Amino acid sequence: MLSFLLIILAAAFFTGIIIRTKSIASGRKGPGLFQPIKDVVRLFKKGAVYSETSSFVFRIAPTIYFSSVFVAMLVVPFGQSKGLISFNGDFIFFAYVLGLGKFFSIIGAMDTGSSFEGMGASREALYSMFAEPAFFILMGSLALLTGHTSFQDIFATLHLGSSITYALGGLAALVFLMIAMIENSRMPLDDPKTHLELTMVHEVMILDNSGFDLGLILTAGYLKFAIYGAIIFNLFSGTISYEYAIPMFFVMQAFLAFVVGMIESFMARFRMNHNAQFIVVLSSVSLLIFFGALLVSGKFI
Amino acid sequence: MNLVWSFILIPFIAICLIPFLQLKGKAIAVYGTVSMIAILTSYLAIQALTGQNFNLTLPGSLISGPINLQIDALSAWFILIINFGFITGGFYGLFYMKTYADQPKNLNLHGILFVLLQASLLSLCAIQNSIVFLIAWEIMALSAFLSIIFEHEKIATIKAGINYLIQSHISILFLMIGFIWVAGKTGSYDFSAIHSYSLTHPGPLSLLLFLFFFIGFAIKAGFVPFHTWLPYAHPAAPAHISGIMSGILIKIGIFGILRMLLLIPVNYTAIGSFILIISLISGIYGVMLAILQHNLKKLLAYHSIENIGIIGIGIGLGCIGLGINNPVLSSLGFAGALLHTLNHSLFKSLLFFTAGNVYQATHTLDIEKLGGLVKKMPQTSILFLIAALAICGLPPFNGFISEFILYTGLYNWIQNAQMISLISIVFIVMGLAFIGGLALMCFTKAFGVVFLGNPRHTFHHEVKEVSGFQLAPLYAIAALIIIIGLFPKLFLDLLIKPVQLFTGLQQLPFVAFQGNGLEVLVSVSHASWYLIGLVLILLGLRKWLLRNRTITVMPTWGCGYTAPTAKIQYTASSFVKTYSKLFGMFFLIFKKEKEVQGIFPTDAHLETRPYDKIEKWLIDYPTVNFKLFLDRFRFFQNGKLQFYILYGIIFIILIISIPLLYDKVIQFIEFLKQL
Repeated sequence: MLSFLLIILAAAFFTGIIIRTKSIASGRKGPGLFQPIKDVVRLFKKGAVYSETSSFVFRIAPTIYFSSVFVAMLVVPFGQSKGLISFNGDFIFFAYVLGLGKFFSIIGAMDTGSSFEGMGASREALYSMFAEPAFFILMGSLALLTGHTSFQDIFATLHLGSSITYALGGLAALVFLMIAMIENSRMPLDDPKTHLELTMVHEVMILDNSGFDLGLILTAGYLKFAIYGAIIFNLFSGTISYEYAIPMFFVMQAFLAFVVGMIESFMARFRMNHNAQFIVVLSSVSLLIFFGALLVSGKFI
Repeated sequence: MNLVWSFILIPFIAICLIPFLQLKGKAIAVYGTVSMIAILTSYLAIQALTGQNFNLTLPGSLISGPINLQIDALSAWFILIINFGFITGGFYGLFYMKTYADQPKNLNLHGILFVLLQASLLSLCAIQNSIVFLIAWEIMALSAFLSIIFEHEKIATIKAGINYLIQSHISILFLMIGFIWVAGKTGSYDFSAIHSYSLTHPGPLSLLLFLFFFIGFAIKAGFVPFHTWLPYAHPAAPAHISGIMSGILIKIGIFGILRMLLLIPVNYTAIGSFILIISLISGIYGVMLAILQHNLKKLLAYHSIENIGIIGIGIGLGCIGLGINNPVLSSLGFAGALLHTLNHSLFKSLLFFTAGNVYQATHTLDIEKLGGLVKKMPQTSILFLIAALAICGLPPFNGFISEFILYTGLYNWIQNAQMISLISIVFIVMGLAFIGGLALMCFTKAFGVVFLGNPRHTFHHEVKEVSGFQLAPLYAIAALIIIIGLFPKLFLDLLIKPVQLFTGLQQLPFVAFQGNGLEVLVSVSHASWYLIGLVLILLGLRKWLLRNRTITVMPTWGCGYTAPTAKIQYTASSFVKTYSKLFGMFFLIFKKEKEVQGIFPTDAHLETRPYDKIEKWLIDYPTVNFKLFLDRFRFFQNGKLQFYILYGIIFIILIISIPLLYDKVIQFIEFLKQL
């Protein structure tokens, strides 16, 4: 329950901090921290415009996408307290339920019969395919280190003691951050502000959505960032007590948002061809983490 | 005994009656026989699944000896899969074949073959005698071949059928080698002789015996590199036969492998690793090639290869669990494999049946010509969507459950494994995750291009939904898919007995999926219910919020482009273009292009056709070279009668003289040795 509330609270200001950081880095003042929330509320009050090519799939896709992200949020724990859904192997459920959301967002985009959205859909399908193995190997390494197979057990018993485990923790945080960037279609894979259809990935898939559906999709995006921020926080804080953990959680989320904003301000987007290579790098880093875990658990002979 | 007589007599009477009945009578005869046989064998199967095996010994003949029939838990599981497939497929087929009502002789043969196919498949699960097994296998292969070439006026269909026939007989060859080897050494044709022979000859001999059987069954199942018949046979056959072939026929190969695992005690770790490697390659190669296909049924056929790979991964994991004495790994591996067999038969047959609906409505299977079918055929689209979600392994459907079981097995193995195993675990996990991601790309392409968007081709006939009767069995399959996804514990309980057969091989303690095992499946189904509940609540909320607001319908946003046509939307090839360029070295794509020439645009033309590299190197290349070599001996067949008489005379002289002269030749050689 605790993680659920905390992630929702963090989602409220995470994207606002990213946008504010980018604005200040460009020399502007930028919108307020809660502008994304105000945008979503405005969208929830509007009607909708649907394309005449689209069918029931287009109308239910945003709902299913949001529900999948929401249910994934219920799986993530916070320190010692479990998520609302917790069982052995729940990270497999986590990955696949996010896959369900992706499936529906891709076919929702194909439903409009527009070339832009088809482009976004094909790119999204390709990139998500490469990100999956990295996640599974990473969770496998953590399972090897701790001897457990559920999110909550892994994070509760992950003791970062020696220098190797700190290095592993840092690398794992980097991999999760990169996976978060891929899932939310941020730099250096995708520029959310480009609005040039030829260069978009995620933004172009939602080009035709409006009103309540668009509000759901944006909210799901904010939630996803907070979810991955919470997972990164969990990597380091399994054993800290609640009085310190909750403020540290918000501090870390803010710091992550700041880092994402800085990456977006100072880095150009990769050439489209290089995106796939970049994502495969993640799998290599995960393999590295796996071998590190082998070393730590003494099985590397 | 009465059961066996009724099992033989009912199809026999039906086969004799079918040619004499009218169309409706034929349909009733075929479907009635299929249902009756299904009910009969399912009754025995359910009893076997709950502990009471069915055993019977028929006296048999001088050649074969006494024929043992046994339905144990493993056979029971496969019998239930076969029966469900035939009942739904048969009902679908009745209405699908209505369009061919003007070919009564063809339909006669088809009905007879359908009954024979089911009877032979079911008997394969029960027979414990090598010769009768081979006879039933041959009947099954031939009925499948003749069913495939239903549309025999098309050359492509006949070629596909002959390809299947030849490869089927290569598989029979390997099976025969195995069976005859055992029969020659032990003198008995019973399966228990195989078991006792391999007990007395452990080590490389029984490994080789197992490998012969494995290759024979693997050709049938469609493991890479023996898979090349699958992508030709499945598109060529009519839709209900494709569904039955993909859902059931290739599972008999899996059944054979599992049966031989039970009979031949081998070095389980070695065999497990071997099966794992082949399955991982099959899974990845199958889905990688599936993504490139333009033909809807060929795409689905390559996906069958991928899922056979996943089943094989489960079998491999189970064997390794047996080898390293890890009860959790072995029970989870075999449970995952068996459950995925059921799951695959369900969603693959549903996919083929909906593809058959599409073919019936549009008369084409080329994805690039389809599109926008969701408006004209909404029920077929929903059914295809359910099956596509299930095959990608997404919750809350059944594909997720079997993949979850495999992952749980793998992550449990990590706890106790050593270095080499850990490296292989990493690659298996990577492989499984990669297969899942590729399947997602493939089915978003298939569903998106075929059903969504605008139609890419105007058809000259009306495209409409098929009849309700044809859709009824599809709804039944979809319902079972959803039930397995939401209530997996029921089916896991049914699997206790079959998995116990395997863990009993090494006397591993099998606590019915508890411990690090699978009471988590209850939590998985809870989570799936949360998901479904949330979706329904949100849909209701959305409907309520939007009830008073303005909803307008406009053309798709085209960024100001004023002349949108259906041609500007993404095609299937463009959807996977980046992917095909990235993995280009594994593929063989033939490209025919005619570029634009001159200053002013004229027409241009580009056509790509994907081909299979393994087929080119393993089948085409050797066949062509072998033919070239044999062509040098063409002079023997010169068409002159005199030469053929001469060949006959030479043959007769040799046949008579060699036995006569044999002793003399031996004496001569002895004499030469003494010199």
